Amino acid sequence: MTDYMHAFDLYTPASLADAAKLLDEHGKDAWIVAGGKDSFDWFKDRHKQPKAVVDVSGLKELRGIRDGGDHVSIGAATTLTEIEESKLLRDNFPLLVQAAAKVASPQIRNSGTIGGNVSQDTRCTYYRDGFPCYRAGGNSCYANTPTAMNREHALFEAVRCVAVTPSDTAPALVALEAEMAISRGGKVRTVSAEKFFIGPDVDITRMTVLEAGDILTEIRLPKKWAGASSYFEKVADRETWDFALVSIAMAARTEGGMVKDVRVACGGVQCTPRRLTEVEDLMKGEKAGPELEKLARRVAARGAKALNFNHFKIPLMGNLAARAARSLA
Amino acid sequence: MTENRHDEALGLEAFEFPPDPANDFEWVPATPEIAGELDQPPEADWRTAGTTRRAFLRGVVCSGVAVSASAYMFTVQSGEARAAVRGVERLISLNVNGKTRRVDVPPNETLAQTIRYRLGLTGTKIGCNRAECGACTVLADDTPIYSCSTLTHQARGARITTVEGVAAPDGTLHPVQQAFIDELGPQCGFCTPGQVMAAVGLLKKNPKPTVDEARRAMSGNLCRCGAYPHYLAGVMRAAGRA
Ligand SMILES: Cc1cc2nc3c(=O)[nH]c(=O)nc-3n(C[C@H](O)[C@H](O)[C@H](O)COP(=O)(O)OP(=O)(O)OC[C@H]3O[C@@H](n4cnc5c(N)ncnc54)[C@H](O)[C@@H]3O)c2cc1C
Ligand code: SF4
Ligand code: FES
Ligand code: FES
Repeated sequence: MTDYMHAFDLYTPASLADAAKLLDEHGKDAWIVAGGKDSFDWFKDRHKQPKAVVDVSGLKELRGIRDGGDHVSIGAATTLTEIEESKLLRDNFPLLVQAAAKVASPQIRNSGTIGGNVSQDTRCTYYRDGFPCYRAGGNSCYANTPTAMNREHALFEAVRCVAVTPSDTAPALVALEAEMAISRGGKVRTVSAEKFFIGPDVDITRMTVLEAGDILTEIRLPKKWAGASSYFEKVADRETWDFALVSIAMAARTEGGMVKDVRVACGGVQCTPRRLTEVEDLMKGEKAGPELEKLARRVAARGAKALNFNHFKIPLMGNLAARAARSLA
Repeated sequence: MTENRHDEALGLEAFEFPPDPANDFEWVPATPEIAGELDQPPEADWRTAGTTRRAFLRGVVCSGVAVSASAYMFTVQSGEARAAVRGVERLISLNVNGKTRRVDVPPNETLAQTIRYRLGLTGTKIGCNRAECGACTVLADDTPIYSCSTLTHQARGARITTVEGVAAPDGTLHPVQQAFIDELGPQCGFCTPGQVMAAVGLLKKNPKPTVDEARRAMSGNLCRCGAYPHYLAGVMRAAGRA
């Protein structure tokens, strides 16, 4: 039954405080929706059937892009198109703009939000099709069997679940050292993007630190990386709609051709965006050029454990790292 | 499901359909040249006089009398009819093609369903119903969105434009529609309403797009017939004219 979603109560709170109250009231029965581009598929498939749906897309507190002095803040309900078109972000953080522009399709970017993009669930087809796997609370993984189709799955840090992060903006946010502001019952805490995304070793049923009652309110980009050199590339089967097989996001500061500081992260290879720390260490203090490219290619996927059908991601990661390094030359 | 509990609340009996070009269709008896030899004369009155399939479809959709159509639409609603106690009000005003309509919409209904099955505006198509094809593209405040993956209640405050609303009041086609005809855009035509809306949305925001900008703006609309170059040429032609 995919025509109609299950029956639910829809709430459109007028303020963040009201939203918090509703989430508190409904506890585990509540589900936050912003653009709904991830949520509605779950509802149509009936694999998730929350009783209370709280629409946060209209909350003023969650909208807009502002200069916050030492950082630029992006409201969680800001659409990806708004991010793509923001002059402030284009001028300062082209990396995030390029990543947002690669998400899904124009119509999805027009209503899909950055908050929804980073909080979306994995696209493992078995899980999405309703298989009772580990992530769904069951006791096996259908993607990691001898006959399973696991072309899209993980190379690193798989603990029972081999699903990967689907978000295109996530690696960019990790590279840019973004801080995520999370509100819960009126109190706000911040978590670094790197800690925001969690792997199956922490909790196999979630992709982020968000728990019932948490609202992601804004994403802060420290000016540390404003105006830095950047590189983003996403490899997917089709240019539109398809999720990254592997993506790479790099922010770098160079001085006289020398890499002073750099952060690189890959999407699509692990349950969370994967920092390429070995590539970073190798690049720091070096001159960009063919030699660096070669080394980056060699170490990028070090430690990868391929499944039956995803070996191709290993050279792909290497090539992307090499191209990122080349962009600095 | 013999009598409809909805149409009164919806006020749809009083709703007047816009003139439908399909009503001008005249049935021409098949000739042996094109239909082969017919043993019996064709059943001339398979549709009642003056009722095209399209008008018929709209009729049942709005009266809800025909079991098939109403069952398709209302099967999963029985449980939810009791719900929504303190959630959103079901009876809402929706601004579609410049007219404000009062409609009774359950919280779990998508904009595509409301547009097609409650307002009878069947120009908007549902292809995949999961944000993967673009057939359902409509404009919300001039921005193209997938109506199959938007709750109607989320679109409450917006100005919705569907393919029925882009031509001039006197029937003159929108430059995009005319250009799609001139460039032989549609083949089967199923994706066309969505393509039209994506193109209209682009030209509202960017009246003189480059080919690459147009290609990108149209990239959220699939065409099974593969008429992409024709649609793209249509967008560029319309941009020159609009
Ligand atoms: C066909 C298709 C193709 C796609 N392709 C891509 C792609 O290529 N790359 C990519 O990155 N994504 C892709 N997506 C995924 C995703 O739908 C979009 O990226 C979009 O940005 C999600 O945002 P949303 O606001 O619509 O999400 P929603 O569905 O509204 O929310 C998604 C999740 O985040 C939670 N959430 C949302 N906002 C908050 C908040 N403020 N606080 C706490 N939790 C919150 C929701 O509870 C939900 O679990 C695709 C989706 C579809 C349907
Ligand atoms: S990879 Fe993870 S989500 Fe996919 S079937 Fe295995 S446990 Fe489930
Ligand atoms: S029907 Fe909405 S995108 Fe396919
Ligand atoms: S014309 Fe047939 S799908 Fe596009």
